[in-house]
Amino acid sequence: MNALLFYSTLGLYAIATAAYLAYLLKPQPPLGRAARWLITSGFVLHALFTLSRYLEAGHTPITNLHESLSFFSLAVVGVFIAFERRYKVLILGSFVTPLALLLMLASSIYPSNIPELPPALKSNWLLVHSSLAFVSYATFAVAFGAAIMYLIQEHFLKKKRLGALYQKLPSLDVLDEINYRCLTFGFPLLTIAIITGAIWAETAWGTYWSWDPKETWSLITWFIYAALLHGRLTTGWRGKKAAILAIVGFGILLFTFLGVNLLPSESQHSYDRLLGGVDK
Amino acid sequence: MTTSKRGFMESAWDFFCSLKLSISLLIGLAATSIIGTVIPQSPPREYLESISAAKIKLYSALGFFDMYHSWWFILLLYLLTINLVACSVKRLPRIWKFISEPTLIFDDGLEKTLSLTHQFKMEGDAATLKEKMAAFLKGEFAEPVVTEVDGEYHLFAQKAPYSRLGVYVVHLSIIVIFIGALIGSFFGYKAYVQIAEGTSTSLVYKQGEERPFDLGFAVRCEKFSVSFYDTGSPKEFKSILTVLENGQPVSGYENIPIVVNSPLTYKGITFYQSSYGPAGDGAVYYFTAQNSKGGAPVQVAARKEERIPLPGGAFMRVLESTQDVRPFMPMFSGPAVRIEYLPASGEPQLVVLLRDYPDFDRQRGGELIFTYAGADEKFYTGLQVAKDPGVWVVWAGCSLMVLGIFIAFFLSHKRLWFRIANGRVTVGGTASKNQPAFQLFFDGLTEKLKKM
Repeated sequence: MNALLFYSTLGLYAIATAAYLAYLLKPQPPLGRAARWLITSGFVLHALFTLSRYLEAGHTPITNLHESLSFFSLAVVGVFIAFERRYKVLILGSFVTPLALLLMLASSIYPSNIPELPPALKSNWLLVHSSLAFVSYATFAVAFGAAIMYLIQEHFLKKKRLGALYQKLPSLDVLDEINYRCLTFGFPLLTIAIITGAIWAETAWGTYWSWDPKETWSLITWFIYAALLHGRLTTGWRGKKAAILAIVGFGILLFTFLGVNLLPSESQHSYDRLLGGVDK
Repeated sequence: MTTSKRGFMESAWDFFCSLKLSISLLIGLAATSIIGTVIPQSPPREYLESISAAKIKLYSALGFFDMYHSWWFILLLYLLTINLVACSVKRLPRIWKFISEPTLIFDDGLEKTLSLTHQFKMEGDAATLKEKMAAFLKGEFAEPVVTEVDGEYHLFAQKAPYSRLGVYVVHLSIIVIFIGALIGSFFGYKAYVQIAEGTSTSLVYKQGEERPFDLGFAVRCEKFSVSFYDTGSPKEFKSILTVLENGQPVSGYENIPIVVNSPLTYKGITFYQSSYGPAGDGAVYYFTAQNSKGGAPVQVAARKEERIPLPGGAFMRVLESTQDVRPFMPMFSGPAVRIEYLPASGEPQLVVLLRDYPDFDRQRGGELIFTYAGADEKFYTGLQVAKDPGVWVVWAGCSLMVLGIFIAFFLSHKRLWFRIANGRVTVGGTASKNQPAFQLFFDGLTEKLKKM
């Protein structure tokens, strides 16, 4: 049942991505409507998959890479649908759905067994903290998509090659606005995610902040987006610079999510061994 | 001399107030924070042995082995704090004036700066129109302030002016969090203690200190237990603790179970489940040994490393034990021991015994067949002990930050002006955030006015 839902979602995302990319080349309304319908149905199936997995495991399904990547993808698609409804920029899908598909493909590589919950993760904060973090990641992922569109559009404007793609992409102002809106949702969410993480660390490890690599990298991400927010207060930082920083910020965020596992392990404390491989 | 001094002070002030400094500090903190995630902090000896002496010298000089507490990282944090305070001190009075003394007169100059304006012709004399518009504004938006200038009426109304302060609430919250962290580092500590089952102690070991620290009360570990999933990964670690004052249990603090994520707090000191292990040589292991040719089995009780005589002149000795054999022998589960068996004649043998597989030792085909009946094993529980009087200040700062961020990002300062002059009503408006949504509201408002 779970596998069926997972692969149906993956299939729908693949077709939706193809539809969005086709829409990028040939922006006809029926194609756009089909793409939107496909991604929305994919999202519903994906939510059902996540729910069924939750019920089967008895805890929020974000405790191994298979589950986390899938949850990230779910959040990206959910946030994209919300932004698409709000700003009516269907073409944003051509830049965001490939990312959601990529995350699902990555998820499918990892074993789909339901992991046993190590003692450290037995807490209600697992649901609150992790889902907040993933929704904030997803918001920044949409900002990333909008930033890439911004740079492409800007490139066309500079070269004065106002070709076919230029006409299809939204104006620089709309893209910058989406970028900023994402920041105004993503940043508060990231802040609350870090704070709930600190509360959880306090109850589990006895310290709200221990400069553990995951904590540090989430703070680095927070610093970068805080810099971007302050930069936007000065006129020179809007537009292109903001778009570049949104892309850099998303790269750092991906490292916070995945790359931290590649760093040399830090701690020799006995409880690290005791708590098992905790995929925070 | 005085002028150049004054010039220096002024430029220092401008430097600390600048937004450029804020952005540079934020990016600088982000970049330098990476160092501590790449170079192990308080590194183990193996790491130090794996890098060159020159590297060690360089890294220690730069404080890279305890980077987040190095003087330069702390300096960056202090600079950020000064920058926050300076920016707020510089801008807050202006913002305060903006809130408390709003522009009440809707003149041409103001009208030109507003992107949303509308003008109507309306019947009636100025005083009646003024009353009508004031009532309209009160009903649709907020109570207006009315000013009369040369027979013209100016109405001003605003909503959520204090949302302009949100960003300063966030800045304040960061300072509150820093204060909480400082309180914790000056008046708090982190320590560790191991308590064997059935014993109590009042002495804990603070981080980086050799000598124990007396808590002033004792903690007894009544029991420790660990449970496992089928795969052998740990499921739950549980200690039952009792707090003792002068050797007597404190009521309300008796037999309190603590697990990871559910610590025990007494007198501001919190005990967290952190690790566990076998408590010294306290365990007694029980065996039976039976001759392979038959006969009654012999009961044997042994402590670790104890040489126990067996029937027929042989000896045995318990070498090591485990609660769960799966990590070593994935095909089996449950407790296991490894013993050394010294037959009356012949070489010593190493024998593995599994409690849950009593026939396991028959395969060995030895003269004596052992079974392992389990152990009366005592554990110690490893507890992280923490005192942090600043933690509530930190939580207060965090709450303030969430509140401030909500105000700063989601509340919008909306302002409307009406001017009534020469049978005309001019309307203008602006919002500090989400201009498109405000435009919808403004358009709705003017539609309603047209129908009046």
